[in-house]
Amino acid sequence: MPVSCTQEDRRLVAEVSGELDHHGAKKIMEELDRQIDTLLPRELTLDLQGLTFTDSSGIAVLLRTWKRMSQLGGAFRVIHTPAQASKVFQAAGLQRMIRFE
Amino acid sequence: MKVENYVSLEFPSSSSNEGFARAAAACFAAQLDPTLEEINDVKTAVSEAVTNAIVHAYPDTLGKIVMKLRLREDHSLEIVVRDWGVGIADVEQARTPLFTTGSEERSGMGFTIMESFMDVLRVRSTPGKGTTVTMRRKIARRSGR
Repeated sequence: MPVSCTQEDRRLVAEVSGELDHHGAKKIMEELDRQIDTLLPRELTLDLQGLTFTDSSGIAVLLRTWKRMSQLGGAFRVIHTPAQASKVFQAAGLQRMIRFE
Repeated sequence: MKVENYVSLEFPSSSSNEGFARAAAACFAAQLDPTLEEINDVKTAVSEAVTNAIVHAYPDTLGKIVMKLRLREDHSLEIVVRDWGVGIADVEQARTPLFTTGSEERSGMGFTIMESFMDVLRVRSTPGKGTTVTMRRKIARRSGR
């Protein structure tokens, strides 16, 4: 379950692809934490275009990233959310806190 | 209710089996000619139930998980996920949204997802004995098939 990051001018784009479940969530969180700690980004965009499956582990990853970016005073948005993931996030009410585009 | 077909799978509570369990459930459900959305709902609910057993039932050891899939004559799918782990003292509390005893990578939304993606969710648990989660989902019969 890879996550690949690119950044320009403290704007971080993280692309998550494959299946994001409990088995892979920890690694993704660690990588996102590492990127956030290193860059202190003013904006983080999570691109989920390549995400083929997620469950409540994805909710935990999004909530944690959202909290960390809020603490930093940076912006956080999620783009290209596939239908399956969108249904999971909506069941948890994430659209009330997180910007989905 | 008559059971028209079934499969029973036993596997250890290793997190690498989460993907296997939901793929197996999706393959079995394919006999009901579900839509992609119905298949995804089933996969998501199975992922939650099996992950709960892996994370919570056997926190420090590898234990046995049995998943039973049943196709019922009313065109519904029944999924039973059973473990013989630590059990849940307060099932009602465990089913409350955002409640979790897990670490940071858990959201406490597992049962909420199972409830909203399946038609029926029943949880029976005895501390020290284990937990049985039973879920049911009706798959719409599609015309022209």
